[in-house]
Amino acid sequence: MTSKNRIRAWEITSESNYLNRRDFLRGSGIALGGALAATALPRVAEARPPELETVAWPGSTDEAPNSWEDITTYNNFYEFGTAKEDPYRNAQDFVTRPWTVRVSGECDRPGDYAYEDIVKPHTLEDRVYRHRCVEAWSMVVPWVGFPLGDLLKRFEPNSNAKYVAFKTLYDPDRMPGQRRPVLRWPYREGLTIEEAMHPLTILSVGVYGREMPNQKGAPMRLVVPWKYGFKGIKSIVEIEFTQRRPRTSWNMSASREYGFYSNVNPEVDHPRWSQARERRIGAGLFAPKQPTLMFNGYGEEVAHLYAGLDLRKNY
Amino acid sequence: MKAKHVRLLKVPVFGLSLIPLAILVAEILGLWGLSLGTNPVEALIHFTGTWGLNFLLITLAITPLRRLTGQAWLVRFRRMFGLFAYFYLVLHFLSYAGIDQRFALGFILEDIADRPYITLGFTAFLMLSALALTSTRGMVRRLGPRWKKLHRLVYPAAILGVWHYYWLVKADLLEPLLYAAGLALLLGMRAWWRWRQRRAAASSSPA
Repeated sequence: MTSKNRIRAWEITSESNYLNRRDFLRGSGIALGGALAATALPRVAEARPPELETVAWPGSTDEAPNSWEDITTYNNFYEFGTAKEDPYRNAQDFVTRPWTVRVSGECDRPGDYAYEDIVKPHTLEDRVYRHRCVEAWSMVVPWVGFPLGDLLKRFEPNSNAKYVAFKTLYDPDRMPGQRRPVLRWPYREGLTIEEAMHPLTILSVGVYGREMPNQKGAPMRLVVPWKYGFKGIKSIVEIEFTQRRPRTSWNMSASREYGFYSNVNPEVDHPRWSQARERRIGAGLFAPKQPTLMFNGYGEEVAHLYAGLDLRKNY
Repeated sequence: MKAKHVRLLKVPVFGLSLIPLAILVAEILGLWGLSLGTNPVEALIHFTGTWGLNFLLITLAITPLRRLTGQAWLVRFRRMFGLFAYFYLVLHFLSYAGIDQRFALGFILEDIADRPYITLGFTAFLMLSALALTSTRGMVRRLGPRWKKLHRLVYPAAILGVWHYYWLVKADLLEPLLYAAGLALLLGMRAWWRWRQRRAAASSSPA
């Protein structure tokens, strides 16, 4: 069933949320010193990306997804600036076609693959996942994507492939946030091969049935719903199969605070803040925080990946 | 400037200092197209914290400004700015304790004990509370020379406040470092003047 003739999961639960534009988008830019200017989000010329052909996915959470505005105006994507609205403000003109991904390392089919070569053979699914940021806020996001493992198998990894490493585009002309050394560019992430092949791990190419908005990591990004959001590397240009554990950006930046696994775990606090509870975006000013779930609620599916591993040490 | 004029000038300065509060109220109520944005709790805490710090630096700028310009009347505004700093920091603390933590004492105490940046911020808040409570004319009189000593707490409180900001940022340290630079300038000027004064006193005293 394609998107043309069915009702998508989110349309039942949050159609009004989805259709109502947030008031603050109309906010005029009142400039009264830097701190004040930052409080009014100026309206940016924004065209919604084109719709994709997708099918339903039975595993979606039935929690109400966040609105399009929440999802596309509040996120971390330091390549476009470090404030939450910066990606929305600064990524609108980012051009993502043509797009090439270099595949290398321990596999039999390395090479440069165009966006179309990567995505075309796969059926795109609407997967509504919980999304938990390491900063202790969370959303529910209707991603569009397909299992990463299905893609990786096409590159025929060999038996030395124990890990998969990813890199984001490095292009300071197109990604203004990279002009300052906030992190060591390009952004890097990695998974064990078992994590990468897990059916919940997806390569995502859109949200809300549409192509990925630039500010969300266009044209393709990783989504690993049981890990903190920063593991979901955006605007991927390199995939490498490796024998040794790859280095990852936040771990390189502060290894005491961000481990390689970075599984959502309410019992292991960030050194500077608690991970026991989270603030659900969209719940409003007076809503209480909610308890964070082990593996972000996906423990039944993924806990076996970490059997025997001390999750306090392997955070 | 005459005392009468200072009194008159206090009215618009008081009004200007309330503008951040007016904007905050407008954002909460959704007036004039303003809003607290996608994460209103975080926005509220950051806004009030930023303005507390801004007013703290304005307060600390009065003495150097007076010295550089020779305008003695500037000191008449110092208490007002200091109390505005405290006012926005009370809102900051209430936003955290009341709205973010919903007055859950267990979580708040755990934060103060276990999260270094909250430990720092809370310590600074306690210091400034002591200063606000002793800011009245009566207290100045009653405490005499001890009042001046006590109110030197504003220096460590400001340092802890900027440090608190520095420690909560994940990776982009630009803004907290700008505040640190501003504070270093304001405190550095005082240290420099003090050092020169001491040297002058030493060289003018008989050998």
